[in-house]
Amino acid sequence: MWKGGRSPFNVEYGKLMMWYFLMSDAFTFGAFLIAYGTTRFATNGWPNPNEVFRSYPLGGNVHAPLIFVSLMTFILIISSVTMVLAVHEGHSMNRKGVAKYLVLTILGGLAFLSCQAWEWTHLHNEGAWWGRNPFPNSDGSISTTNFTNFFFTITGFHGFHVFSGVLINIIMLIMVLRGTFDRRGHYLMIEKAGLYWHFVDLVWVFVFTCFYLI
Amino acid sequence: MDHTLESLAAEQHAGGGKKEIWRVTIILSVFTIIELALGFLLMSVVNDLARHFIKGVIIIFMLAKAFYIVGYFMHLKHEIRNLIMTIVVPLFLFVWFIIAFLSDGNSFKNNKNEWDRNHKERSKEPMPKHEEGTHTLE
Repeated sequence: MWKGGRSPFNVEYGKLMMWYFLMSDAFTFGAFLIAYGTTRFATNGWPNPNEVFRSYPLGGNVHAPLIFVSLMTFILIISSVTMVLAVHEGHSMNRKGVAKYLVLTILGGLAFLSCQAWEWTHLHNEGAWWGRNPFPNSDGSISTTNFTNFFFTITGFHGFHVFSGVLINIIMLIMVLRGTFDRRGHYLMIEKAGLYWHFVDLVWVFVFTCFYLI
Repeated sequence: MDHTLESLAAEQHAGGGKKEIWRVTIILSVFTIIELALGFLLMSVVNDLARHFIKGVIIIFMLAKAFYIVGYFMHLKHEIRNLIMTIVVPLFLFVWFIIAFLSDGNSFKNNKNEWDRNHKERSKEPMPKHEEGTHTLE
């Protein structure tokens, strides 16, 4: 029982609120993905993701399903790892270490965004966009535009989260380099940015599975 | 006892440190590779039941990855129990969301196939082929 005088959850206010924000964000993404699942369950046919997502840059017309998206997945996992390491360095007040790992995290985020930009451009060139779906169902029958609508909406919303995550990390990097957190005496702000960044990785785990794998 | 931010920052070191980070990294990578292997396996499987089974296994690995990211990278496993509960308990709403909405979508499909005379035939029509580079589907 909490008797007052100390923080009941043993975390600072900002971090607690970040958790609650992320929980609400999880419901937003969850609603998107469940809407996608419901539509898919309500439709007779669906395009085969291995026929749609089968290219990588400079690969030409090669049939290579899952290759490019697994690269994107690993980029995001590794950038999540460098973020944990930045938080870890923050615990020991190591300014240089935090800056180093933040730079790596930002680079990972930018790499992911570039991959996504390429994929969107490629799909757009194939004729796919909101309201346009050139890919037939796996049995060759006419598909609905729901497929592309959900794909671009959900990966777009996730990409926007990655983009804002990169911005947050850049702001964190500037604050680290200027010594703001050293003066403050703690690197708790990095932990909050880290929570957001891990959440972006977490959402990709679900998006990756729902769109590309199953 | 006054709880300053500094003391909070000092207290939040619970957890396995760098060793734990590398352990979780390896677990996440291995799970992703298994998922991908199952995804490749799925391409050659035609049997509906087998496909559903493989998809179920992929989803289990997805949830396991989510557990490791939230528990270790986001550090939730090392927080106070009450905090964990305020985050995790509301998420159980998803169990109902998923069951309710997906079964609703499924029954919509079945009803439509049964009662809308043309629906099933229409959804079997082949998609017209397009020449490479001439995508006019507006």
